[in-house]
Amino acid sequence: MSVRLAVEQPEGFAFTPANLEWAKTQIKKYPEGRQASAVLSLLWRAQEQIGGWLPEPALRYIADMLDMAYIRVYELVTFYTMFNLVPVGRYYVQVCGTTPCMLGGAEDIKDACRKHIGEKDHVSDDGMFSWTEVECLGACVNAPMAQINKYYYEDLTPKNFESILKRLRAGEDVEPGPQDGRQTSAPAGGPNTLTDPALYANDPSGPEPGSAGTTVMASEAKRPASKHEKGPR
Amino acid sequence: MPKLIINDVEHDVPDGITLIQACELVGVEIARFCFHERLSIAGNCRMCLVEIAGMPKLVASCAMSVNDLRLGRDGTPPTIMTESPTAKKAREGTLEFLLINHPLDCPICDQGGECDLQDQTMAYGYDAGRFQDNKRAVTDKYLGPLIKTSMTRCIHCTHCVRFMTEVAGVDELGSIGRGEDTEITTYLEHGMRSNLSGNVVDLCPVGALTSKPYAYIARPWELAKTPSIDVMDAIGSAIRVDARGREVLRILPRINDAINEEWISDKARHVWDGLRTQRLDQPYVRRSGKLEPATWDETFGVIAKKLKGLDGARFAAIAGDLSAAEEIFALKQLAEQIGSPNIDCRQDGAKLDPALGRATYLFNTTIAGIDDADAFLLIGTDPRVEAPVLNARIHTRWRKAEQRLPIGLIGTEADLTYGYDYLGAGPEALAKIADGSHAFVKALKDAKHPMVIVGQAALARPDGAAVLTLAAKAAKTIGALDGDWNGFNVLHDAAARAAGLDLGFVPGKKDLDVEAILDAAGKGNMDVVYLLGADEIDMDRLGKAFVIYQGSHGDQGAHRADVILPGAAYTEKDGTYVNTEGRAQMTARAIFPPGDAREDWTILRALSAVLGQALPFDSLQDLRAKMYEVHPNLALLDLIEPSDVAAIIKLASKAAKPGRERFGLKIEDYYLSNPVARASSIMASLSAMHADGSEKATGTDG
Repeated sequence: MSVRLAVEQPEGFAFTPANLEWAKTQIKKYPEGRQASAVLSLLWRAQEQIGGWLPEPALRYIADMLDMAYIRVYELVTFYTMFNLVPVGRYYVQVCGTTPCMLGGAEDIKDACRKHIGEKDHVSDDGMFSWTEVECLGACVNAPMAQINKYYYEDLTPKNFESILKRLRAGEDVEPGPQDGRQTSAPAGGPNTLTDPALYANDPSGPEPGSAGTTVMASEAKRPASKHEKGPR
Repeated sequence: MPKLIINDVEHDVPDGITLIQACELVGVEIARFCFHERLSIAGNCRMCLVEIAGMPKLVASCAMSVNDLRLGRDGTPPTIMTESPTAKKAREGTLEFLLINHPLDCPICDQGGECDLQDQTMAYGYDAGRFQDNKRAVTDKYLGPLIKTSMTRCIHCTHCVRFMTEVAGVDELGSIGRGEDTEITTYLEHGMRSNLSGNVVDLCPVGALTSKPYAYIARPWELAKTPSIDVMDAIGSAIRVDARGREVLRILPRINDAINEEWISDKARHVWDGLRTQRLDQPYVRRSGKLEPATWDETFGVIAKKLKGLDGARFAAIAGDLSAAEEIFALKQLAEQIGSPNIDCRQDGAKLDPALGRATYLFNTTIAGIDDADAFLLIGTDPRVEAPVLNARIHTRWRKAEQRLPIGLIGTEADLTYGYDYLGAGPEALAKIADGSHAFVKALKDAKHPMVIVGQAALARPDGAAVLTLAAKAAKTIGALDGDWNGFNVLHDAAARAAGLDLGFVPGKKDLDVEAILDAAGKGNMDVVYLLGADEIDMDRLGKAFVIYQGSHGDQGAHRADVILPGAAYTEKDGTYVNTEGRAQMTARAIFPPGDAREDWTILRALSAVLGQALPFDSLQDLRAKMYEVHPNLALLDLIEPSDVAAIIKLASKAAKPGRERFGLKIEDYYLSNPVARASSIMASLSAMHADGSEKATGTDG
């Protein structure tokens, strides 16, 4: 792991005017002499600006902006696994491989990745995808799951996962969240407790008896905002 | 004073220390890798775990303050057990974990025999490891020409990272990655750019960082170890010279809290290969324009012929930067016998005058005094180059200050590793401080213990005496001379300088100093010039004078010389050196001088006999006895005479009208500033590394 930086690096890096403005407000949050505290948020914004990874000039740019030694920034970006130091695909698929997901079939999901994207940590030939295995993303109830760019895709099977990849590749919108139609992390196949309608007889505010609630509400929270914002910016 | 029960014995320990230090104080040894008294606490090696009664888990004693422990339920003092079965098992476990990824390559490892991991495994470890899988391997890093890396051996104690950041003041090293992927490296693996980087080799508890020039040369038990004093700069760091047979194989620091703590500069540490190249190992005489080998008798004969009937005024003697007090004393006596008043030990032309009093040319605050100072005014000095270890001490003081430490610099701007206010380039800014009209004066005046440090660049110029006076005035203005505090300091860069001034190796008022000697020689008014290891003068200006060069290395002086008398280098003689504080210290002979070379005072003694009047001493003891009679301060080994504030106040009362020229830098190339260093190929490679442009690209020059 000694070579951590991408071999091919861009010439330089600079924040867009909007991001620069934002960076300045971030830096102002901290007292004089403690500007280095803003380093993580600035690095994250730089990664978003470039499209999911941090080139070496960006490290120096941010170190210079915060008056930090380069090695201190380098320590940070190598410590935190959410910073990528090599380019990623337009859709960056992070497959959870920790125990619940593994038991739920994460290996099959990874096989699907190998089949449709290629080797782990390699960008596919069309530049659309790259995938990696990550530690627990905290959605164990909906195992197995994967994060694609900012959104969680849950309750995956090789079949529905391949369909997600295909649709993304074709430029379609894919609804994030559970892929088997269940409501968020509610029991698969609908509620199995408190199902007696009598319980709600005197409660006008409760859900319709037997209802699993509106699916719109759940997916809204995780929906990609609009078409042009999709994918790494 | 908290009470602790350590291994069943009750002790009172001082406030504010950590448990590991408390145990150390009462004589209970606790194993450690990452803890170091002079560095911040990391607490990551887990070797120092101890059991504390009432605590559910073991505690890292390096990170636990003695004040943070609670009494037992029955009111007994906190009870620490370092040898309980649990503590022992934890140590064994920690070592087993450390050894999981540590290669068992001790037979080919340069650290073998002085390896903390090896020693502690023997002392505290379990007999065998249970780990059967593959060990991790880490690619080696490039850390410059001094440090060889075997990063697979690294146990991530982060000594090196903390040292570079906290003491050397250079954010160069870091630990990248996490968990098993942790690696120590510099940013993109450029060489470490600090002149203190060699210390990380000492700090490394395993063989991950070893000395590149010393690689595979010797095992520690083969070396004869001689405690001595470094002469590469004027602070007189305590060193240990490790030699085998006739060769010095390495130089290590010794602990001396008053001076170098436990660090030495890269030049002091790695100059040893210069001790065996370019050596003058036999006398030479210039015959028809060519230096030819000669015997001592022939050589002395040539000199005697030249000096016969010579008018004393047409003889001059210049003492070099590495000469010991003994030979300067002998040369002074010889010059007196010849009848010459033209003697000077200030090759660089610094306008320091012993007649003004000892305090006017010494670092009066003392180096340890830096820890108490709370404001600094640096005048014409770049301490990072002139005295790296002293600069590290200022850096440490600056880093530990609760508020921003006022540090002002007058002279040439340089990266000193700490922040400072740039006050101006030359004497004008200094004059403003001296008369109190400068805005920075307030910060200096508000300080309780301000320090003024005058470098040689401010003094080695025609108006140097006026600058010195002005600096004394400034010291008086800012209150650096009040009460017990003497904050007036002259920072020398030559090891021999303070002793030379102590011995009065300077011309009288009407006699010729270095500048005048060179002028006279150029005009043909000087017949014989005796250079005692003096290589930093412009040899072209010596004109047609007959030059006697006595020294250890074939450098500029030897190239110009008409007669060469081979002397001993500082590792080859017992010599007294007075450091910039005025502290007399003695080097010890680690090896013999090569070939026909002799200890320098014996050469002068023998020459004096050939010239007709033998100097009045036949042994080093005789010489020292004579020297101590006249200069009793040289007998106060390792001590400092109280400084005389009155001399500085008297100096400050003089009128001073310096010129306007800016203060330059004294040392152009740190790694090539004396004949020994110029003979060293290690120094040459360091000089080359620092000269290339990449340091500008990264902006992290060390």
